Amino acid sequence: MPETIQETLNTEALISCQNLTLGYEGKIVINDLSFIVNHGDYLCITGQNGSGKSTLMKTLLGLKTPMSGQIIWGNGIKATEIGYLPQQTQIQKDFPATVREVVYSGLINRTGLRPFYTIAEKAIAEKNMRKLGIGSLAGRCYRELSGGQQQRALLARALCATRKILLLDEPVAGLDPQATLELYTIIKTLNDEGITIIMISHDIDNSVSFASNVLDIGAQQSTDIMKQNKE
Amino acid sequence: MHEIIDKLVLYFQFPFVRYAMITGTLIALCSSLLGVTLVLKRFSFIGDGLSHVAFGAIAIATAMNLTNNLFLVLPVTIICAIILLCSGQNSKIKGDAALAMLSVGTLAIGYLILNVFSSSSNLAGDVCTTLFGSTSILTLSMTDVWLSGILSALVVVVFLVFYHKIFAITFDEDFMTATGVKSKAYNLILATTIAIVIVVAMNLVGALLISALVIFPALSAMRVFKSFRAVTICSVFVSVICAALGILISILAGTPVGSTIVAVDIAGFLLFSLVGKIISRG
Repeated sequence: MPETIQETLNTEALISCQNLTLGYEGKIVINDLSFIVNHGDYLCITGQNGSGKSTLMKTLLGLKTPMSGQIIWGNGIKATEIGYLPQQTQIQKDFPATVREVVYSGLINRTGLRPFYTIAEKAIAEKNMRKLGIGSLAGRCYRELSGGQQQRALLARALCATRKILLLDEPVAGLDPQATLELYTIIKTLNDEGITIIMISHDIDNSVSFASNVLDIGAQQSTDIMKQNKE
Repeated sequence: MHEIIDKLVLYFQFPFVRYAMITGTLIALCSSLLGVTLVLKRFSFIGDGLSHVAFGAIAIATAMNLTNNLFLVLPVTIICAIILLCSGQNSKIKGDAALAMLSVGTLAIGYLILNVFSSSSNLAGDVCTTLFGSTSILTLSMTDVWLSGILSALVVVVFLVFYHKIFAITFDEDFMTATGVKSKAYNLILATTIAIVIVVAMNLVGALLISALVIFPALSAMRVFKSFRAVTICSVFVSVICAALGILISILAGTPVGSTIVAVDIAGFLLFSLVGKIISRG
Protein backbone atom coordinates (compact mmCIF):
# COMPACT_ATOMS: atom_id res chain seq x y z
CA MET A 1 0.00 0.00 0.00
CA PRO A 2 2.24 2.77 -1.26
CA GLU A 3 -0.22 5.52 -0.37
CA THR A 4 -0.27 4.70 3.31
CA ILE A 5 3.50 4.59 3.47
CA GLN A 6 3.64 7.94 1.72
CA GLU A 7 1.08 9.31 4.14
CA THR A 8 2.85 8.16 7.29
CA LEU A 9 6.02 9.54 5.83
CA ASN A 10 4.67 13.02 5.42
CA THR A 11 3.00 13.15 8.80
CA GLU A 12 5.21 11.48 11.34
CA ALA A 13 7.81 9.03 10.05
CA LEU A 14 11.33 10.09 10.85
CA ILE A 15 13.02 7.56 8.63
CA SER A 16 11.35 5.44 6.02
CA CYS A 17 13.37 2.70 4.35
CA GLN A 18 11.87 1.22 1.23
CA ASN A 19 13.01 -2.05 -0.35
CA LEU A 20 16.61 -1.67 0.75
CA THR A 21 19.13 -4.11 -0.64
CA LEU A 22 22.55 -3.78 0.94
CA GLY A 23 25.86 -5.45 0.44
CA TYR A 24 29.48 -5.01 -0.46
CA GLU A 25 31.64 -6.13 -3.35
CA GLY A 26 28.59 -7.43 -5.18
CA LYS A 27 27.52 -9.71 -2.31
CA ILE A 28 24.02 -9.12 -1.03
CA VAL A 29 23.80 -9.05 2.76
CA ILE A 30 20.33 -7.65 3.29
CA ASN A 31 17.64 -8.16 0.69
CA ASP A 32 14.51 -6.07 0.21
CA LEU A 33 14.18 -4.58 3.66
CA SER A 34 11.47 -2.01 4.42
CA PHE A 35 10.75 -0.37 7.73
CA ILE A 36 9.72 2.91 9.31
CA VAL A 37 11.12 4.69 12.34
CA ASN A 38 8.89 7.22 14.07
CA HIS A 39 9.72 10.12 16.35
CA GLY A 40 10.54 8.96 19.86
CA ASP A 41 11.01 5.32 18.87
CA TYR A 42 13.63 3.16 20.54
CA LEU A 43 14.49 0.73 17.76
CA CYS A 44 16.84 -2.11 18.47
CA ILE A 45 18.41 -3.87 15.51
CA THR A 46 19.53 -7.39 16.34
CA GLY A 47 21.06 -10.16 14.31
CA GLN A 48 24.05 -12.44 14.13
CA ASN A 49 27.54 -11.53 13.03
CA GLY A 50 27.63 -10.87 9.33
CA SER A 51 23.88 -10.33 9.10
CA GLY A 52 24.50 -6.77 7.96
CA LYS A 53 23.61 -4.77 11.07
CA SER A 54 26.58 -2.44 10.77
CA THR A 55 26.11 -2.14 7.01
CA LEU A 56 22.51 -1.11 7.60
CA MET A 57 23.56 1.53 10.11
CA LYS A 58 26.29 2.89 7.86
CA THR A 59 23.75 3.13 5.07
CA LEU A 60 21.32 5.01 7.31
CA LEU A 61 24.15 7.41 8.12
CA GLY A 62 25.02 7.95 4.50
CA LEU A 63 28.47 6.37 4.84
CA LYS A 64 27.50 3.67 2.34
CA THR A 65 25.11 3.76 -0.58
CA PRO A 66 22.44 1.05 -0.87
CA MET A 67 22.60 -1.32 -3.86
CA SER A 68 18.93 -0.58 -4.42
CA GLY A 69 15.99 0.91 -2.59
CA GLN A 70 15.90 4.22 -0.77
CA ILE A 71 16.01 5.87 2.61
CA ILE A 72 13.76 8.88 3.11
CA TRP A 73 14.32 11.19 6.05
CA GLY A 74 11.06 12.79 7.06
CA ASN A 75 10.12 16.18 8.44
CA GLY A 76 13.16 17.94 7.12
CA ILE A 77 15.70 16.41 9.46
CA LYS A 78 19.14 17.48 8.35
CA ALA A 79 22.33 15.45 8.30
CA THR A 80 23.72 17.88 10.87
CA GLU A 81 21.05 16.82 13.35
CA ILE A 82 22.17 13.21 13.66
CA GLY A 83 24.18 11.84 16.55
CA TYR A 84 26.27 8.71 16.11
CA LEU A 85 28.06 6.43 18.53
CA PRO A 86 30.36 4.27 16.40
CA GLN A 87 32.28 1.21 17.48
CA GLN A 88 35.68 2.13 18.81
CA THR A 89 38.46 2.03 16.28
CA GLN A 90 42.00 0.86 16.85
CA ILE A 91 43.20 4.42 16.31
CA GLN A 92 41.19 5.75 19.24
CA LYS A 93 42.65 3.28 21.72
CA ASP A 94 45.99 5.08 21.85
CA PHE A 95 44.86 8.54 20.83
CA PRO A 96 46.30 11.38 22.91
CA ALA A 97 43.24 13.52 23.62
CA THR A 98 41.40 14.71 26.69
CA VAL A 99 37.76 13.83 27.25
CA ARG A 100 36.92 17.49 26.70
CA GLU A 101 38.63 17.54 23.30
CA VAL A 102 36.74 14.42 22.24
CA VAL A 103 33.35 15.70 23.40
CA TYR A 104 33.91 19.13 21.84
CA SER A 105 34.57 17.51 18.47
CA GLY A 106 30.87 16.62 18.40
CA LEU A 107 30.19 20.33 17.96
CA ILE A 108 31.94 20.45 14.59
CA ASN A 109 28.72 20.20 12.59
CA ARG A 110 27.51 23.45 14.16
CA THR A 111 30.56 25.51 13.29
CA GLY A 112 30.53 25.51 9.49
CA LEU A 113 33.64 27.37 8.37
CA ARG A 114 34.13 29.12 11.71
CA PRO A 115 37.52 28.03 13.08
CA PHE A 116 36.59 28.10 16.79
CA TYR A 117 33.72 27.15 19.13
CA THR A 118 31.47 29.84 20.59
CA ILE A 119 30.84 30.15 24.32
CA ALA A 120 27.28 28.87 23.83
CA GLU A 121 28.56 25.78 21.99
CA LYS A 122 31.11 25.05 24.69
CA ALA A 123 28.33 25.32 27.28
CA ILE A 124 26.36 22.62 25.43
CA ALA A 125 29.36 20.30 25.52
CA GLU A 126 29.98 20.95 29.23
CA LYS A 127 26.30 20.34 29.98
CA ASN A 128 26.37 17.01 28.12
CA MET A 129 29.48 15.91 30.00
CA ARG A 130 27.81 16.65 33.35
CA LYS A 131 24.62 14.94 32.22
CA LEU A 132 26.52 11.73 31.49
CA GLY A 133 28.47 11.94 34.72
CA ILE A 134 31.87 12.55 33.15
CA GLY A 135 32.15 16.23 34.06
CA SER A 136 34.92 15.48 36.54
CA LEU A 137 36.85 13.52 33.91
CA ALA A 138 36.92 16.37 31.36
CA GLY A 139 40.64 16.97 31.70
CA ARG A 140 41.60 13.30 31.79
CA CYS A 141 43.23 11.48 28.90
CA TYR A 142 40.64 9.56 26.86
CA ARG A 143 42.75 6.43 26.41
CA GLU A 144 43.24 6.06 30.18
CA LEU A 145 39.52 5.80 30.92
CA SER A 146 37.62 2.58 31.53
CA GLY A 147 35.54 1.16 28.70
CA GLY A 148 32.32 2.46 30.20
CA GLN A 149 33.72 5.96 30.68
CA GLN A 150 34.99 6.00 27.09
CA GLN A 151 31.52 5.07 25.81
CA ARG A 152 30.01 7.88 27.90
CA ALA A 153 32.49 10.33 26.42
CA LEU A 154 31.55 9.20 22.90
CA LEU A 155 27.86 9.39 23.83
CA ALA A 156 28.36 12.94 25.11
CA ARG A 157 30.04 13.76 21.81
CA ALA A 158 27.09 12.29 19.90
CA LEU A 159 24.69 14.38 22.01
CA CYS A 160 26.62 17.51 21.04
CA ALA A 161 25.83 16.73 17.43
CA THR A 162 22.09 16.12 17.83
CA ARG A 163 18.91 16.90 19.70
CA LYS A 164 16.72 14.53 17.74
CA ILE A 165 18.17 11.15 16.87
CA LEU A 166 20.99 8.90 18.06
CA LEU A 167 22.37 5.92 16.18
CA LEU A 168 24.36 3.55 18.37
CA ASP A 169 26.52 0.74 17.02
CA GLU A 170 27.00 -1.95 19.68
CA PRO A 171 27.34 0.57 22.51
CA VAL A 172 27.90 -2.03 25.23
CA ALA A 173 30.43 -4.21 23.39
CA GLY A 174 33.22 -5.16 25.79
CA LEU A 175 31.64 -3.54 28.87
CA ASP A 176 31.16 -5.32 32.20
CA PRO A 177 27.56 -6.00 33.38
CA GLN A 178 27.53 -2.99 35.72
CA ALA A 179 28.69 -0.53 33.03
CA THR A 180 26.34 -2.16 30.52
CA LEU A 181 23.32 -1.58 32.73
CA GLU A 182 24.39 2.00 33.44
CA LEU A 183 24.75 2.76 29.75
CA TYR A 184 21.36 1.20 28.93
CA THR A 185 19.77 3.30 31.67
CA ILE A 186 21.35 6.46 30.27
CA ILE A 187 20.16 5.64 26.76
CA LYS A 188 16.65 4.97 28.07
CA THR A 189 16.65 8.34 29.86
CA LEU A 190 17.65 10.07 26.64
CA ASN A 191 14.83 8.25 24.82
CA ASP A 192 12.36 9.37 27.50
CA GLU A 193 13.53 12.94 26.89
CA GLY A 194 12.33 12.61 23.30
CA ILE A 195 15.44 11.55 21.42
CA THR A 196 14.82 8.81 18.87
CA ILE A 197 17.18 5.87 19.38
CA ILE A 198 18.34 3.35 16.80
CA MET A 199 20.68 0.81 18.35
CA ILE A 200 22.51 -2.24 17.11
CA SER A 201 22.98 -4.89 19.74
CA HIS A 202 24.17 -8.43 20.25
CA ASP A 203 22.69 -8.47 23.69
CA ILE A 204 19.09 -9.36 22.81
CA ASP A 205 17.71 -9.92 26.34
CA ASN A 206 18.72 -6.55 27.71
CA SER A 207 18.05 -4.46 24.65
CA VAL A 208 14.60 -5.95 24.13
CA SER A 209 13.59 -5.01 27.64
CA PHE A 210 14.47 -1.37 26.97
CA ALA A 211 13.50 -0.97 23.32
CA SER A 212 10.08 -0.07 22.00
CA ASN A 213 10.66 -1.88 18.70
CA VAL A 214 12.97 -4.67 17.62
CA LEU A 215 14.15 -5.28 14.09
CA ASP A 216 15.69 -8.72 13.75
CA ILE A 217 17.69 -9.03 10.56
CA GLY A 218 19.40 -12.20 11.74
CA ALA A 219 16.64 -14.36 10.37
CA GLN A 220 17.08 -14.39 6.61
CA GLN A 221 14.91 -11.87 4.80
CA SER A 222 12.87 -11.13 7.86
CA THR A 223 11.59 -7.64 7.41
CA ASP A 224 9.08 -7.45 10.19
CA ILE A 225 9.24 -5.20 13.12
CA MET A 226 8.01 -6.91 16.22
CA LYS A 227 6.04 -4.49 18.32
CA GLN A 228 6.76 -4.88 21.98
CA ASN A 229 3.57 -5.20 23.94
CA LYS A 230 4.66 -3.77 27.20
CA GLU A 231 2.08 -2.69 29.73
CA MET B 1 83.68 26.83 23.67
CA HIS B 2 84.96 30.28 22.79
CA GLU B 3 86.08 29.03 19.40
CA ILE B 4 82.69 27.58 18.65
CA ILE B 5 80.93 30.84 19.43
CA ASP B 6 83.43 32.79 17.33
CA LYS B 7 82.86 30.45 14.44
CA LEU B 8 79.06 30.78 14.74
CA VAL B 9 79.27 34.57 14.94
CA LEU B 10 81.42 34.55 11.82
CA TYR B 11 78.97 32.36 9.95
CA PHE B 12 75.92 34.34 11.02
CA GLN B 13 77.41 37.48 9.51
CA PHE B 14 76.53 36.01 6.14
CA PRO B 15 72.88 36.76 5.31
CA PHE B 16 72.33 33.41 3.55
CA VAL B 17 73.25 31.53 6.71
CA ARG B 18 70.72 33.56 8.68
CA TYR B 19 68.06 32.99 6.03
CA ALA B 20 68.81 29.29 5.89
CA MET B 21 68.43 29.09 9.64
CA ILE B 22 65.05 30.85 9.46
CA THR B 23 63.80 28.62 6.64
CA GLY B 24 65.06 25.51 8.34
CA THR B 25 63.16 26.22 11.52
CA LEU B 26 60.04 27.26 9.58
CA ILE B 27 60.08 24.01 7.64
CA ALA B 28 60.55 22.06 10.86
CA LEU B 29 57.62 23.92 12.38
CA CYS B 30 55.11 23.17 9.66
CA SER B 31 56.20 19.59 9.06
CA SER B 32 55.69 18.78 12.75
CA LEU B 33 52.21 20.34 12.79
CA LEU B 34 50.81 17.63 10.55
CA GLY B 35 53.01 14.89 11.99
CA VAL B 36 50.60 14.24 14.86
CA THR B 37 47.70 13.70 12.48
CA LEU B 38 49.70 11.49 10.13
CA VAL B 39 51.01 9.29 12.93
CA LEU B 40 47.57 8.90 14.50
CA LYS B 41 45.84 8.21 11.21
CA ARG B 42 48.42 5.46 10.51
CA PHE B 43 49.80 7.39 7.58
CA SER B 44 53.37 7.59 8.85
CA PHE B 45 54.75 6.42 5.55
CA ILE B 46 52.80 8.84 3.44
CA GLY B 47 55.59 11.40 3.74
CA ASP B 48 58.04 8.88 2.40
CA GLY B 49 55.79 7.87 -0.48
CA LEU B 50 55.01 11.43 -1.45
CA SER B 51 58.64 12.48 -1.35
CA HIS B 52 59.45 9.72 -3.82
CA VAL B 53 56.71 11.09 -6.04
CA ALA B 54 58.29 14.51 -5.69
CA PHE B 55 61.66 12.98 -6.62
CA GLY B 56 60.13 11.54 -9.79
CA ALA B 57 58.63 14.94 -10.62
CA ILE B 58 61.97 16.65 -10.01
CA ALA B 59 63.62 14.20 -12.41
CA ILE B 60 61.09 15.07 -15.09
CA ALA B 61 61.55 18.79 -14.42
CA THR B 62 65.30 18.41 -14.70
CA ALA B 63 64.99 16.48 -17.96
CA MET B 64 62.72 19.24 -19.29
CA ASN B 65 65.25 21.88 -18.19
CA LEU B 66 62.67 23.86 -16.21
CA THR B 67 64.17 26.88 -14.45
CA ASN B 68 62.11 26.40 -11.32
CA ASN B 69 61.00 22.83 -10.78
CA LEU B 70 58.59 23.75 -7.97
CA PHE B 71 55.85 24.61 -10.44
CA LEU B 72 55.81 21.04 -11.70
CA VAL B 73 56.71 19.23 -8.49
CA LEU B 74 54.09 20.86 -6.28
CA PRO B 75 50.99 20.10 -8.40
CA VAL B 76 52.12 16.53 -9.10
CA THR B 77 52.73 15.85 -5.41
CA ILE B 78 49.41 17.43 -4.41
CA ILE B 79 47.52 15.25 -6.88
CA CYS B 80 49.21 12.09 -5.60
CA ALA B 81 48.51 13.09 -1.99
CA ILE B 82 44.84 13.55 -2.80
CA ILE B 83 44.68 10.17 -4.53
CA LEU B 84 46.36 8.45 -1.57
CA LEU B 85 44.50 10.16 1.27
CA CYS B 86 41.07 10.39 -0.28
CA SER B 87 40.73 6.97 -1.89
CA GLY B 88 40.23 5.62 1.64
CA GLN B 89 39.30 2.06 2.40
CA ASN B 90 37.00 1.57 -0.55
CA SER B 91 39.61 1.12 -3.24
CA LYS B 92 40.64 -2.28 -4.55
CA ILE B 93 44.28 -1.81 -3.63
CA LYS B 94 44.65 -1.11 0.08
CA GLY B 95 46.37 2.02 1.36
CA ASP B 96 49.79 0.66 2.22
CA ALA B 97 50.12 -1.38 -0.96
CA ALA B 98 49.09 1.60 -3.09
CA LEU B 99 51.62 3.72 -1.26
CA ALA B 100 54.43 1.21 -1.70
CA MET B 101 53.62 0.84 -5.38
CA LEU B 102 53.53 4.57 -5.97
CA SER B 103 56.70 5.36 -4.05
CA VAL B 104 58.89 2.64 -5.53
CA GLY B 105 57.49 3.23 -8.99
CA THR B 106 58.12 6.95 -9.05
CA LEU B 107 61.59 6.53 -7.53
CA ALA B 108 62.59 4.07 -10.26
CA ILE B 109 61.07 6.08 -13.09
CA GLY B 110 62.64 9.27 -11.75
CA TYR B 111 66.13 7.75 -11.64
CA LEU B 112 65.60 6.25 -15.09
CA ILE B 113 64.59 9.59 -16.58
CA LEU B 114 67.54 11.34 -14.95
CA ASN B 115 69.95 8.81 -16.38
CA VAL B 116 68.51 8.86 -19.86
CA PHE B 117 67.82 12.56 -20.34
CA SER B 118 69.97 14.52 -17.93
CA SER B 119 72.70 16.69 -19.38
CA SER B 120 74.30 17.23 -15.98
CA SER B 121 77.94 16.26 -15.60
CA ASN B 122 77.51 15.31 -11.96
CA LEU B 123 74.52 12.97 -12.06
CA ALA B 124 75.39 10.99 -8.93
CA GLY B 125 75.81 14.23 -6.98
CA ASP B 126 72.47 15.58 -8.18
CA VAL B 127 70.65 12.40 -7.23
CA CYS B 128 72.35 12.28 -3.86
CA THR B 129 71.35 15.88 -3.11
CA THR B 130 67.74 15.22 -4.05
CA LEU B 131 67.58 12.09 -1.92
CA PHE B 132 69.47 13.25 1.16
CA GLY B 133 69.18 17.04 1.00
CA SER B 134 71.78 19.69 0.40
CA THR B 135 75.22 18.56 1.52
CA SER B 136 75.75 22.01 2.92
CA ILE B 137 73.23 24.53 4.18
CA LEU B 138 75.00 27.13 2.09
CA THR B 139 73.76 25.70 -1.19
CA LEU B 140 70.15 26.73 -0.53
CA SER B 141 69.26 29.34 -3.12
CA MET B 142 67.52 32.60 -2.28
CA THR B 143 64.40 31.58 -4.24
CA ASP B 144 64.21 28.38 -2.19
CA VAL B 145 64.35 30.41 0.98
CA TRP B 146 61.53 32.75 -0.01
CA LEU B 147 59.28 30.01 -1.38
CA SER B 148 59.82 27.89 1.71
CA GLY B 149 58.99 30.84 3.91
CA ILE B 150 55.75 31.66 2.11
CA LEU B 151 54.58 28.04 1.90
CA SER B 152 55.41 27.42 5.57
CA ALA B 153 53.36 30.44 6.57
CA LEU B 154 50.48 29.13 4.47
CA VAL B 155 50.63 25.73 6.18
CA VAL B 156 50.59 27.32 9.63
CA VAL B 157 47.59 29.49 8.77
CA VAL B 158 45.66 26.53 7.32
CA PHE B 159 46.43 24.47 10.40
CA LEU B 160 45.28 27.16 12.82
CA VAL B 161 42.06 27.85 10.90
CA PHE B 162 41.15 24.17 10.60
CA TYR B 163 42.58 22.98 13.92
CA HIS B 164 39.30 21.62 15.34
CA LYS B 165 38.35 20.02 12.04
CA ILE B 166 41.75 18.37 11.78
CA PHE B 167 41.30 16.99 15.27
CA ALA B 168 37.85 15.64 14.42
CA ILE B 169 38.94 14.05 11.16
CA THR B 170 41.92 12.44 12.86
CA PHE B 171 39.93 11.08 15.78
CA ASP B 172 36.89 9.83 13.91
CA GLU B 173 36.27 10.52 10.26
CA ASP B 174 33.09 8.39 10.10
CA PHE B 175 31.49 10.33 12.93
CA MET B 176 32.26 13.56 11.13
CA THR B 177 30.70 12.36 7.88
CA ALA B 178 27.71 10.80 9.66
CA THR B 179 26.90 14.03 11.47
CA GLY B 180 26.75 15.98 8.25
CA VAL B 181 30.22 17.51 8.00
CA LYS B 182 31.88 17.47 4.60
CA SER B 183 34.85 15.42 5.70
CA LYS B 184 35.93 14.86 2.09
CA ALA B 185 36.64 18.55 1.72
CA TYR B 186 38.75 18.55 4.87
CA ASN B 187 40.60 15.45 3.71
CA LEU B 188 41.37 17.34 0.52
CA ILE B 189 42.73 20.30 2.48
CA LEU B 190 44.78 17.93 4.62
CA ALA B 191 46.21 16.13 1.58
CA THR B 192 47.12 19.39 -0.12
CA THR B 193 48.81 20.73 3.00
CA ILE B 194 50.79 17.52 3.47
CA ALA B 195 51.98 17.68 -0.14
CA ILE B 196 53.11 21.28 0.33
CA VAL B 197 55.03 20.34 3.48
CA ILE B 198 56.74 17.44 1.72
CA VAL B 199 57.85 19.54 -1.25
CA VAL B 200 59.12 22.35 0.95
CA ALA B 201 60.90 20.02 3.36
CA MET B 202 62.66 18.25 0.49
CA ASN B 203 64.89 21.28 0.10
CA LEU B 204 66.11 20.91 3.64
CA VAL B 205 66.47 17.20 4.31
CA GLY B 206 65.97 15.50 0.96
CA ALA B 207 63.44 12.97 -0.24
CA LEU B 208 64.48 10.00 1.84
CA LEU B 209 64.64 11.77 5.18
CA ILE B 210 61.39 13.76 5.18
CA SER B 211 59.41 11.14 7.09
CA ALA B 212 61.78 11.60 10.01
CA LEU B 213 61.06 15.33 10.13
CA VAL B 214 57.31 14.65 10.11
CA ILE B 215 57.17 11.63 12.41
CA PHE B 216 59.84 12.01 15.10
CA PRO B 217 58.63 15.20 16.81
CA ALA B 218 55.06 13.87 16.97
CA LEU B 219 56.19 10.52 18.38
CA SER B 220 58.44 12.25 20.92
CA ALA B 221 55.60 14.49 22.12
CA MET B 222 53.20 11.54 22.35
CA ARG B 223 55.53 9.80 24.83
CA VAL B 224 54.96 12.53 27.38
CA PHE B 225 51.78 14.50 26.70
CA LYS B 226 48.20 13.31 26.80
CA SER B 227 46.04 15.90 25.09
CA PHE B 228 45.97 16.60 21.38
CA ARG B 229 46.74 20.26 21.90
CA ALA B 230 49.68 19.64 24.22
CA VAL B 231 51.08 16.99 21.86
CA THR B 232 50.79 19.37 18.89
CA ILE B 233 52.41 22.31 20.69
CA CYS B 234 55.16 20.12 22.12
CA SER B 235 55.96 18.49 18.79
CA VAL B 236 56.32 21.93 17.21
CA PHE B 237 58.81 22.98 19.89
CA VAL B 238 60.73 19.69 19.66
CA SER B 239 60.89 19.94 15.89
CA VAL B 240 62.05 23.56 15.82
CA ILE B 241 64.67 23.04 18.52
CA CYS B 242 65.99 19.86 16.91
CA ALA B 243 66.16 21.52 13.49
CA ALA B 244 67.97 24.58 14.86
CA LEU B 245 70.43 22.39 16.78
CA GLY B 246 70.93 20.18 13.73
CA ILE B 247 71.66 23.15 11.49
CA LEU B 248 74.13 24.62 14.02
CA ILE B 249 75.93 21.30 14.38
CA SER B 250 76.08 20.83 10.64
CA ILE B 251 77.62 24.28 10.22
CA LEU B 252 80.21 23.63 12.93
CA ALA B 253 81.03 20.06 12.04
CA GLY B 254 80.55 20.36 8.30
CA THR B 255 78.10 17.46 8.26
CA PRO B 256 75.15 17.14 5.82
CA VAL B 257 72.19 19.19 7.12
CA GLY B 258 69.42 16.64 6.60
CA SER B 259 70.98 13.68 8.31
CA THR B 260 72.29 15.84 11.17
CA ILE B 261 68.78 17.15 11.89
CA VAL B 262 67.37 13.64 11.81
CA ALA B 263 70.11 12.43 14.17
CA VAL B 264 69.16 15.18 16.63
CA ASP B 265 65.48 14.20 16.23
CA ILE B 266 66.35 10.61 17.13
CA ALA B 267 68.21 11.82 20.22
CA GLY B 268 65.15 13.90 21.13
CA PHE B 269 62.89 10.89 20.74
CA LEU B 270 65.07 8.78 23.04
CA LEU B 271 65.08 11.57 25.62
CA PHE B 272 61.27 11.90 25.52
CA SER B 273 60.80 8.13 25.72
CA LEU B 274 62.89 8.12 28.87
CA VAL B 275 60.94 11.03 30.38
CA GLY B 276 57.68 9.31 29.47
CA LYS B 277 58.79 6.11 31.22
CA ILE B 278 59.79 8.02 34.35
CA ILE B 279 56.48 9.92 34.45
CA SER B 280 54.35 6.79 34.04
CA ARG B 281 56.21 5.12 36.90
CA GLY B 282 56.18 8.07 39.24
